[in-house]
This record gives sequence, structure tokens and C-alpha cells, in this order.
Amino acid sequence: MLFCCAGCRAVFELLRGSGLDSFYSMQEAPGRPVSRAGDLESFRYLDAPTVRERLVDYSDECLTRVTFRLPDIHCVACVWLLENLFRLNEGIGSSRVHFARRELSVSFDPRQVRLSDLAALLSSLGYPPDLTLADLGERRRRPEARRLWLQIGVAGFVFGNTMLFSLPAYFGLDSQSGPGFRTLVGWLSLALSLPVVGFSASDYWRTAWNSLRLRRMTLGVPIAVGIAALFLQSAVEVVSGRGEGYFDSLAGLVFFLLCGRVFQQKTYDRLSFDRDFASFFPLAAVRFRAEAPGDGAAGPARREERVAIAQLEVGDRLLLRSGELLPADARLVEGDARVDYSFVTGESVPVSRERGEILFAGGRQVGGAIEVEIAKPVSGSYLTSLWNRDVFRKEKDDTFNTLTNRYSRRFTWILLGIALGAAAFWSVRDPSKALRSFTGILIVACPCALALAAPFTLGAGLRVLGRRGVHLRNAEVIEGLARVDTVVFDKTGTLTTPEAGAVEFDGSVLEGDELRAIAAVVRQSTHPLSVRLSAWLVERLPARDGVPTVSGFAEVPGAGVRGTVDGRTVLLGSPAWVADACGATKGAAESAEESRVRGPVVALALDGRMRGRFLLESEVRPDTDRLLRNLASGYRTILLSGDQARDHARFAALFAPGSALHFNQSPADKLEFIRGLQEAGRSVMMVGDGLNDAGALRQSDVGVAVVERVGAFSPASDVILDAPRVAGLGEVLRFARGAVGVVRASFLISALYNAVGIAIAASGHLSPVICAILMPLSSVTVVIFAVGTTHGLGRRTGPVRAQEVAGGSGSISAAIPALEREPA
Amino acid sequence: MSVIPILILVSLAFASAFLAAFFWAVRSGQYEDTSTPSLRLLGDDGPRTVSDPEPKSSPLHHED
Repeated sequence: MLFCCAGCRAVFELLRGSGLDSFYSMQEAPGRPVSRAGDLESFRYLDAPTVRERLVDYSDECLTRVTFRLPDIHCVACVWLLENLFRLNEGIGSSRVHFARRELSVSFDPRQVRLSDLAALLSSLGYPPDLTLADLGERRRRPEARRLWLQIGVAGFVFGNTMLFSLPAYFGLDSQSGPGFRTLVGWLSLALSLPVVGFSASDYWRTAWNSLRLRRMTLGVPIAVGIAALFLQSAVEVVSGRGEGYFDSLAGLVFFLLCGRVFQQKTYDRLSFDRDFASFFPLAAVRFRAEAPGDGAAGPARREERVAIAQLEVGDRLLLRSGELLPADARLVEGDARVDYSFVTGESVPVSRERGEILFAGGRQVGGAIEVEIAKPVSGSYLTSLWNRDVFRKEKDDTFNTLTNRYSRRFTWILLGIALGAAAFWSVRDPSKALRSFTGILIVACPCALALAAPFTLGAGLRVLGRRGVHLRNAEVIEGLARVDTVVFDKTGTLTTPEAGAVEFDGSVLEGDELRAIAAVVRQSTHPLSVRLSAWLVERLPARDGVPTVSGFAEVPGAGVRGTVDGRTVLLGSPAWVADACGATKGAAESAEESRVRGPVVALALDGRMRGRFLLESEVRPDTDRLLRNLASGYRTILLSGDQARDHARFAALFAPGSALHFNQSPADKLEFIRGLQEAGRSVMMVGDGLNDAGALRQSDVGVAVVERVGAFSPASDVILDAPRVAGLGEVLRFARGAVGVVRASFLISALYNAVGIAIAASGHLSPVICAILMPLSSVTVVIFAVGTTHGLGRRTGPVRAQEVAGGSGSISAAIPALEREPA
Repeated sequence: MSVIPILILVSLAFASAFLAAFFWAVRSGQYEDTSTPSLRLLGDDGPRTVSDPEPKSSPLHHED
């Protein structure tokens, strides 16, 4: 028996204990929760033709196929249950789970089942589909890996067979078999090589052609030249009957190159590196619809309906419950708005808004339910305008200026020079050898080892980092990381945690009245510590029986607050200030200073008597000071926050002296700031988390998005970083620099092999045997060196081992099951 | 030695059969999703006891 949760199991054990377990054999899906009517109603908007058309993968009269993202899939039982959906509803044909992507594809009969029925069914099973505005946009196809696999299959097949054919010749075993055998083997190899050259190597032809057309020298050019030289020389030898050519080396070369590409491709199915605001917004919102006046009630009765956000118009009234996102800029009509803009602007404290004020899209309502009227269309909001900027239009081009391409530019010219030089030399001395040495050099110097160095090193680096919660968009990002010289941090959500830590009171027990008085005083202040204290106190108050009025409230910047409630004087603030005000001994203040290491301390005095202190766990991520100390040598560190400058002193102490700290930065300011740094010649890494950082992340050389939870929204970036690993960024940068060093060393090794090979070829002595030994040998040594050294580097660099991050259960690496990870 | 060309052709035929099988495997999508089939296997296995009494909530589950 499979259980979806401990609750179902408890029920099962209860029933079995009472001898009632035949319940489980009476029906196909026992204990299925009944779908609530409200559920079905809330998915009704999915049946609107405009929404439905965009969501389904395929549809005709009797079959519809749709793919839903179900973030709640987490175990074997989920897979089993979801693949047995057809037993719950006759209209459902088949359903397949893609576990790594947390996706479910369902085929169903649209005459029996509506899309909303299906969504409601999934939701009632405990797997609410994750529907965002991005689902209505253009479909992003995942890169097709099939073609690459087929290319490798063909190359491997030909490699194995041609090598088998060539072995007798290499060992001189074909002397007795006569020229007929050689001809047969030669022609067979030629025939087998055609698909390798035409199909398996087709991407290299394309790359080389594109490079030539754009007049840019990339590694694709020497590879294509090498393949062409190998093939033509071999074909000429076979056709003219002079030999059997280098077909095994040709197939081997293509096979190894393709293996390098597979190794470099490591995709994280659950992560998306190219999300924009549309993935952040939900697909639907609750709209009020006026109906004909009811039975004598005053005013028209109103009905709530869920509609797709794309269908919203200016003037629509929306209902926003606590925790819901505002889909468009809107005016507050009804209710007490407390909006959390931390993700949109970096503002860390929720702001209160009065009726009639404009609320910006992307804000999250944290108070009670509110009613708003849409003021601007969804696409024209303050937030979405950031995406209209140029940076978002062009693709990041990071393939041209890679280390390999820079190296291969020099390499190709030197190679051509040597080949032409050798040809010129032999055409004077012995013209019969001229062409042979020319093609021989091109063949043997074909940069197989060179082409493999970067993919295997960076691919191994990608995996090493991935196991540590640092997920890279692609392997080239490592090179970008190695070039970084300036690190820019966002504050809210990046250096600080979104959930405020625990609050503790250390002192004599506080009575209900005292608590209420303190709560009334802290409510007056907008200081972040006051806000956190206020939230903590509200939870502890017995009932919300009105807030007492505060008289004589005063806030002393950098010290604390003071106020009188029902004749009781409340004094809250820094221990030194409060102790001073009460005339208490210095010792009390000092012991308070000690505990400051853990986080801020707020001392409390009532009626001039010290009563104790509130210990607030720091909201700055642990080890941030270590990170910034680490980076201080070698990197310029900058803080770029959308928040107000009230934390300036605290962060100035954390950052290295002389670091720039900028507050009150709008999303566009951040983007411009990064651009300014780049224009000054800096290579910038931006570390941020929110939509307000999206522009800066995109503009920067390496954008690092910090995520708290797996699958949670993160703006488009090059790196997705588990939040607990922010502290290890220094080690990540060091590792990247080391990995690039490994690539350089691999280049050196391959250059040595090339020197030997070219020396042989230039003397006109290159034979298929030498080629067949040299090429795999150089490739294999380079691959072993690259992968081995990179893993060794990963072990040596940095304390950010997976197991060392305590409490990492919420992190991505912990959530991706072991089976998705590579063996070490 | 005339048997060698025949043997070569036979071995090529066998190898081609394997290549065809590989093509079929790739085309049928076996290389697209390498994680779910291993889980599916467990689910088809009939009754299975739940060894972990802890409530297994989603991977989004947080521990402090």
C-alpha cells in the first residue's frame, strides 16, 4: 500500500486496527478526498478559449494533451498516483510524470473532461498546478538532446568498426591477405565515414561556416579544417589505391568531440535561467462582477469570479487576499493595505497604504483582504517597464570570447603558418612530399585535445558546483566567474534572509498590560527592529481588544523609542541608551553588548526600571562577514540596495573599508550602475534575488540569483544559488579561477602533443598508425587531467561542502534526490 | 582467407542492428527522462511499506 502522507497512513492503521481495512479493497482509489466545489469554480477560467488554447500541447475533438507543472511532486507515491489518474476519471487517458521537471502530461477526452476539471482534480489530490502568466506566452522549447545522442551513436559505431578494420593493417597482418582485402576495407571505411562527416560532424561545419561568415576565428574553424583534411586525404588514398586512409582517426576525433559536448551539457531540469516577470505573476486573479440587484438588498449584489490576468481591464475591481500578488498597478478601494514590496523594490518593510493610493504591481498584500481597482493594464505597469529596456532584447553572447576561442585564434594562424612553411620547404627539396606534409600537419594538429580541454574541465566544474548548490546556466559561466573583479550585492533577500529570525525576551516575565503597552509604542516606529518586535508582540497578545493610545512618543535616531501608555513609560532601544536613561550600572549594558554577536539587542525599561532585553536573531545571513572579508582581498565589493539607508551603519561595518554602499536604488538605477561599472572596465558579478535586481542581473557579466526554495521564482540569471550558500561565494570565485587555470594547463599539454605530431608530420613521415595512436592518446590524457584536476580542485577549494551547510533541507541540492546527481 | 570479407560483413550487420536499436531507444524518448522510470519501477511493485513515519511534505518543506 502506498501512502501519500502520514495522515493517510494513520487512517489506514486506524481502520486496520478496527478490522475495517476491507475499505481499501472496495474501491480503486480509497480515501480520495472529495473535490470541493470552490476548487472547480476557481479553475473555471482555464476553460476560456484564449487561455485553453495557450495551455494545451495538442487538441482535437476527442483528444487533448496538456502538461502541468506540479511542484508538489516529491516521491514515488506521487508518481504512482499521478500515473493512475485514469482510474479516478474515465475521461482521462494516460498520464506521465517527468519527475526531474516536476511535470505531468495528461491526455484526456475533452468531451468528458474539461481542463478545469483536470486542474481541480489534481488540486484536490494535493498537487495544485503551478500556473503563471508565462504559461500564456510563447512556448520555450527545451534544447533537443536527441540529435546529439544520435550523432554520437553514429560516430561511435563507425569509430569501433573502422578501428577493427584498421587493426590488421597496423599489425602487418594483412600482408598475406592481398590487395583485395585492403581495397575492401578501404572502401568500406570510406562508405562508413560518410555519415560521420555528413551527419555527426554537421554542427562543426555549421560553426566553422558561421565563424567565417562573421569573420571571427573560433575553434570551429581548425576543427572543420582538420576533419576536412582527414577525410579528403583518406578518400584520395583509398580511391587511388595507395592506402586505407585515416578513417578510424576521423571517426574517433568526431566521437571524442561529441562526448565532450555531452559532458559539458548538464542541465538542471527544475531550474529555469531565463524567467521574466511573467513567471512571477499568477495566471488568474479574483475579480468582482456586478450582477443585477438581488432581493431588495441595497446596491447591486456582487459575485467573485476567477479570471485570467490577461483578460483584466483597466477599471476592473479585484479582490486580493493576504499573501496574494498584485497583478497590475491599481488603486486601493477598500481595506487595510499593507504591501510587501521586498521582491519588487528591495524595500524590506511592508508599507501601509491609504484608500485611493496607487499600489504597484508585484507587491504582495500581507494584511487582510483588500479590494483594488486596476489603474493601468498589466503590461504597462511600473514593474514590467523594466523589461522594455534594451538589455532584455538581445541575447547574452558569451560564446565568442571564451578562453578556447581566444587561444584557437592564435593557434589557427600558427598552425597554418607551419603547414604552409613545411609545404614550401618540401616543394623545394622533394615536391612529392609537399602535399603530404601539408595535409599531415593539418590532420595531426587538429585541435582535438584542445577542443576537449575546456568542455571537460568546465563540465566537471559545473558538476562540482552543482553539488554545492551553485547552479550554472552553462559551463561558460565558469570563465565569466573567473574574470569577475567586482562583486555587487543586493541587500534585502540576498545578504539578509526574508524570514526574520526568532525573537527572545531575556528578563522578568511581562504581564499582558505591559505587553500591550510595549506593542503600542513599537507600532509607532518604522524602524525594522520595531517592525519585527511589533510582529512578535502581536502574536503574543491575548486578544486584539483595541490598541491603547500612546502619548509623548519620541524616536531618537540610532538610540531607541520612548512613549507613555496608560501612565506607564516605555523605553526601548540600544542597551547603552536605555541603561543610561535609567541610570543603571554599566555591567548590564556590557553583558548586553556581548550577545550582540548573535544579532541586534533591544533593551527594555518600564517606568525607569530595566526589565530585560529582546534578543533578535540577526536577519543578516550567517557568515556574511566572513564572505565579505574573503572578497575584500582581490575584489571590489559594493552594496546596491533598493531599501532605505537606515541600515547604512550596520552594513558599512560589514563591508571592507572604502566599499561603496548605495541605498534607495530603483531597478533602473541598479541597471545603470552596473553599466557604469562595466564602462569603467570592470567585470561585474551581481548578486541579487528580486525582480528589482532583474535588470542588473541581466546587465552584469555574471548574474547570480539567490533562491530560498527549490522551484521558487528567480529572475533571469547565469547562476542560481541556494540561499544558504551565499556565504560561500568567495570559494566559488576561487574555484572558477582555479578551473580556468586547469583549462590553460590542458592547453599546454595538448600543445606539447601537437608539437610532437607536427614535427613528425612536417618531416613527411605521418602514417595512419602514428595518427591512430597519437590522437586518442592526447585526447584521453587531456580529459583525465582536466576532470581529475578539477575534482581535486573542488575538494581543496573551500568549506562549502554539501554536508557542511546545516539546515540545508530547504535548499535545492537537498531537494533534488540523489538520483538526479552524478556519482562523484 | 576469403572468409574474412564475409565475417566483416556479418559483423557489420550485427553492429548495424545494435545501432538501429540505439536509434529506436533515442527516438522513443528513453534518453529524455532518466529519473522517472526508476521511480515508476518501485510503484509497480505492489504493496510496499512506508518506512519513514515522518510526514513527507513537498521538497519545499522547510526545517528551521
